[in-house]
Amino acid sequence: MNKIIEARFLAPDVKLFRIEAPKIAEKRKPGQFIILRVHKNGERIPLTIADSSTEDGTITIIVQGIGKTTKHLNTLEAGGEIIDLVGPLGKPSHIENFGTAVSIGGGVGTAIAYPTAKALKEAGNHVISIIGGRTKEFVILEDEMKAVCDEVYPTTDDGSYGFHGFVTQKLQQLLDEGRKIDFVLAIGPIPMMKAVADVTRPYGIKTVVSLNPIMVDGTGMCGGCRALVDDKVVFVCVDGPEFDAHKVDFSVLTKRNRMYLSQEKQSVEEFEHKCKLDAKIKEVANG
Amino acid sequence: MADLTNKERMKIQKHHMPEQDPLERAKNFLEVNLGYDTATAIEEAQRCIQCKNKPCVEGCPVRVDIPGFIKQIELGNFKEAAAILKKDNALPAVCGRVCPQEEQCEMVCTVGKKNAPVAIGYLERWAADWERKNIGLQKPELKPKTGKKVAIVGGGPAGLSCAGDLIQMGHDVVVFEALHEIGGVLMYGIPEFRLPKVIVQAEVDGLREMGVEFRTNQVIGMTDTVDELLKEYDAVFLGVGAGLPYFLNIPGEHLNGIYSANEYLTRVNLMKAYDFPNSDTPMFNVMGKSVAVFGGGNTAMDAVRTSLRLGAKKAMIIYRRTEKEMPARVEEIKHAKEEGVEFFLLHAPIEFYGDEEGWLKGVKVQEMELGEPDASGRRRPVPIEGAIKDIPIEVAVVAIGNGSNPIISKTTPDLKVNKWGNILVDEKTMKTNKKGVFAGGDIVTGGATVILAMGAGRTAAAAIDEYLKNPDVWLEEKKEEVTN
Ligand SMILES: Cc1cc2nc3c(=O)[nH]c(=O)nc-3n(C[C@H](O)[C@H](O)[C@H](O)COP(=O)(O)OP(=O)(O)OC[C@H]3O[C@@H](n4cnc5c(N)ncnc54)[C@H](O)[C@@H]3O)c2cc1C
Ligand code: FES
Repeated sequence: MNKIIEARFLAPDVKLFRIEAPKIAEKRKPGQFIILRVHKNGERIPLTIADSSTEDGTITIIVQGIGKTTKHLNTLEAGGEIIDLVGPLGKPSHIENFGTAVSIGGGVGTAIAYPTAKALKEAGNHVISIIGGRTKEFVILEDEMKAVCDEVYPTTDDGSYGFHGFVTQKLQQLLDEGRKIDFVLAIGPIPMMKAVADVTRPYGIKTVVSLNPIMVDGTGMCGGCRALVDDKVVFVCVDGPEFDAHKVDFSVLTKRNRMYLSQEKQSVEEFEHKCKLDAKIKEVANG
Repeated sequence: MADLTNKERMKIQKHHMPEQDPLERAKNFLEVNLGYDTATAIEEAQRCIQCKNKPCVEGCPVRVDIPGFIKQIELGNFKEAAAILKKDNALPAVCGRVCPQEEQCEMVCTVGKKNAPVAIGYLERWAADWERKNIGLQKPELKPKTGKKVAIVGGGPAGLSCAGDLIQMGHDVVVFEALHEIGGVLMYGIPEFRLPKVIVQAEVDGLREMGVEFRTNQVIGMTDTVDELLKEYDAVFLGVGAGLPYFLNIPGEHLNGIYSANEYLTRVNLMKAYDFPNSDTPMFNVMGKSVAVFGGGNTAMDAVRTSLRLGAKKAMIIYRRTEKEMPARVEEIKHAKEEGVEFFLLHAPIEFYGDEEGWLKGVKVQEMELGEPDASGRRRPVPIEGAIKDIPIEVAVVAIGNGSNPIISKTTPDLKVNKWGNILVDEKTMKTNKKGVFAGGDIVTGGATVILAMGAGRTAAAAIDEYLKNPDVWLEEKKEEVTN
């Protein structure tokens, strides 16, 4: 059991949790993740550790409510408990002084990019952060990024805030301006990561993405998280989650992530139906 | 009763295990074997002639006093029968169900030379079940506390048996398990219809009551390293299992619908995906589909029979060799056939193919014939030229074995492993080259059996007990013993 110390929404459906997990807080390095379950018949889902504090023994995760488990998670509040939490899992990000590093986060991907951006800065890089969101309210962690990066560029698809356009367009703009970029980290939806890889490929810029396949154990025991990188099978939970963006087969990843689409839809529908019923019952009970 | 002559005993026919009807059971996850009733158990026990040389004891990897416990069943002393079993076997209710008796005790049974061997496995199961159901698992006596602490890594049969012995010897024992449940393969691998989870649970609860502490969600190597454990504990036992699934390494293996047996069985057993959406973990909807399982071991049989229970229209075993070479227990192969599993023997997969969206549609297989015997003495299958066919399938399960998971060895660089990553130990004591660290089970042997893992856990417990009395002296004494 791990206690939730803090829970607050950062954006619609995007919630930050600070959870008591002293051991993980002490051990974890940027780029690593945890796996959790929210109830006794719950599934195991991986979530990247966004931050940690050894002082109060907590880790921070930032969750976008998409599937049943993440939606359920986002109904939890401070004082609540996570029944199973295991980690840190996966390999830490490879951090070195590349020179100028660009960290690109799409949506909740910014939360995953944050710890690595911070570490890149600490390693001496000039760090540029591009934070993408559909609209203004989906741009998250801008202040946090500003505190650890040299330049921060929010972008929105609809132009409601910051740069009007996709994160890749902002990246292209920097390149067109002749900025020398030595390293790019891109984390977000698969199409975004693929698009970033396509932008940097002709320039030969070392580009790393963090993959998000479906996982079960997270220890290399099941092989469910396998992906194709450089035409070879990798187990993302132990060989990754970060890989060379120019070698990842995004098409296979996209298809594999659709494996349970219909079941996930059914799960979410039933969960939302139940939430509505619960709310109704409360309403009636409260007169 | 006790004065039956050997001749009379030899006349009694082996008692069949009552089973659920094959077509009925292929639709449910309830246990297939129903177990003897008391009268049948006693009659089966009468078949044992208590021969002097007791080859069965030699045939048992942990040397259970087989004639001894069988005699007690015959005499009606069931509690005593269970006690004799538990002296050498920490998990008789499990082993009675999953041991390959036909290659061990029953293979060498004296009665078996003329008739069917005594049903030792069924009797073992019966005595252990009798205890659990009638008087509850009996607690052995615990020695006074020694003040020593031992960390057990892995909650499978190796770790559990080691923990059980050490707690009785008076040591404090903490089991660290990576998953959220204790039991290892017994929980996530072997299905309910072969090994009901309540049995595993009862064993784990028994250990907990004796004082073993269980910490789930601890991946040693990540959460804590072995070296960190050594700072807090006087000894460490590594029973982390095999746990790194092999794939076929043929084209198309990334297609949707292709699983490792570990993933397939974990989703169903540990995560209860058969009960979706009451259980959150989804699984490919097998209902009405064709499933091919690659491999010939227990894992393959478990996966294929699970597929039938999930509603597969067609469930196939595709195996490169012949039935004779199949490592699965004879009973599992028999049960699979009765339930309607189709066997494609001497067929090797060469390629998976799918549709545009990445869903599996079928497998290309190469027909084989047996050639010359290889190093292991098995006749090697060789391809028959041009004999290639397509088998349409929507689900494939790869059950061709496990390598060793490198998490421990990578994070404990001074621990000696062989080229396959198996931890090297001195077989008499299970000590590794690292001071205070012992290991046993599948991580040492590669994928083997429950009884061997359990036996290794016990051997290690005995050695750890000696080691803890005076570590340096003990290590000095054992110095000569090579860690192979
Ligand atoms: C589907 C299937 C069917 C089988 N059927 C039979 C059968 O009928 N008869 C038979 O005798 N044998 C059978 N076997 C083999 C048998 O189950 C194994 O030989 C036995 O379980 C090995 O025991 P173990 O304790 O070494 O490892 P495991 O049972 O694998 O247990 C190891 C445990 O360690 C945990 N672990 C791993 N790494 C770490 C870590 N870093 N930190 C903490 N914990 C960790 C794992 O999660 C696991 O719980 C079968 C195996 C499978 C997969
Ligand atoms: S999640 Fe099971 S191997 Fe990666």
